Amino acid sequence: MKFVSEYRDPTRVKALASEISERITRPWSIMEVCGGQTHAILKHGLEQLLPPDLTLLHGPGCPVCVTPSDIVDQAIFLASQPDVVLCTFGDMIRVPGGTTNLAAAKARGGDVRVVYSPMDALHLAEQMPEKTIVFFAIGFETTAPTTAMAVFQAKQKGLNNFTLLVSHVRVPPALEALLSAPDHTIDAFLAAGHVCTVMGLQEYQPIAQNYHVPIVATGFEPVDILEGVLMCFRQLETGIARVENQYDRAVRPEGSAQAVKLVRDVYEEADQEWRGIGQIQKSGFRLRPEYAHYDAAQRFELANASPVRAKTSSPCISGDVLCGRQKPSDCSAFARECTPLSPLGAPMVSAEGACAAYYRYAMRTV
Amino acid sequence: MCLAVPGEILSIDGSGPLLQARVSFAGNIKDICLAYTPEARPGDFVLVHAGFSLSVLKASRAEDILSQLEGLTERSGS
Ligand code: SF4
Repeated sequence: MKFVSEYRDPTRVKALASEISERITRPWSIMEVCGGQTHAILKHGLEQLLPPDLTLLHGPGCPVCVTPSDIVDQAIFLASQPDVVLCTFGDMIRVPGGTTNLAAAKARGGDVRVVYSPMDALHLAEQMPEKTIVFFAIGFETTAPTTAMAVFQAKQKGLNNFTLLVSHVRVPPALEALLSAPDHTIDAFLAAGHVCTVMGLQEYQPIAQNYHVPIVATGFEPVDILEGVLMCFRQLETGIARVENQYDRAVRPEGSAQAVKLVRDVYEEADQEWRGIGQIQKSGFRLRPEYAHYDAAQRFELANASPVRAKTSSPCISGDVLCGRQKPSDCSAFARECTPLSPLGAPMVSAEGACAAYYRYAMRTV
Repeated sequence: MCLAVPGEILSIDGSGPLLQARVSFAGNIKDICLAYTPEARPGDFVLVHAGFSLSVLKASRAEDILSQLEGLTERSGS
């Protein structure tokens, strides 16, 4: 397939890996930010091709994994309200809240529907004027333009029965939070290519400069990832720290002007809780006051609802996994109490979660 | 949910409030919103996420990568 098969060519993959192996002079740790990249690394066994001195750290870029448990509980609460239809991406349906998940809420009679696009939820609102449609708006800057368009269109059409439960996250503040931790071991980042298609590269320039870390916007195929690693590696070996673009078939330095404009028109930056990591300043989006009417949190007064706390203490170390401090295989519950069929933490639920990727592809090496 | 995949634009429909396209993902056809890539044309490959085209793919440095790697391949003898 065009734009895919040439980036899976084993000859190119091997050539890139041997270039790194031949030239490495000291240990380096490079973090891939995006869960999709983690998945590809495990699926294609890329770590095994790299020299032992080059460590790939898996980062926090799985939106399902970092969506806070309290917000999942709010979604579950909304799904149980009369005349509410809770629409969500399929990945969220089995993510545990404090004690239960959306699949269980559906089994108990809640109207929970999996949709492909926020626009599908908007169409449901048009078709079902007697119901209030809530779209569970999670995801990074890649997804924010899609939910922004849905709510913008709802306002244009005067659709009062459409709302968003917003828990969007932004990558650059998370990178800064990781780099601000005194014990971090990150030498360079592969930035998530798809996020960069929307936002461009500008936000990463000050981070590369201030923290002296190479940042390379990188795609998702094996050749992309190893080339991104090679581009980071060349900077590291020569003492350079700048933003580069490996994924230039999709990423323009300025991003997508139309998408950025609508995201900025609909959302403003807000402090955001990341599951397992904690609160990071300005790392999320909330609806602007002009869109308050479309905010499920305000419409249903969710701030007054008390969070559901899990009753038992959990062995889950997902926070350390998401920050690249530990590997899934370091978790005592991995592949024992915690499996994709009975996940204890979100990184085992989501297809892009590091724990699920390790379970699926790396069991032989654990 | 972030695994945006490339698809090929078969046709474009500008009659509604939002620019729409029929996009083929290896033969699997979906209606996709083109509002964020209005420059896209039939035959273009686009990166699609949650029903929206986010970027028109261009040939980029694929050839550069190839020639660079051919050099590497010769050097490493593999
Ligand atoms: S293996 Fe399971 S319990 Fe351990 S960190 Fe991953 S999700 Fe949490």
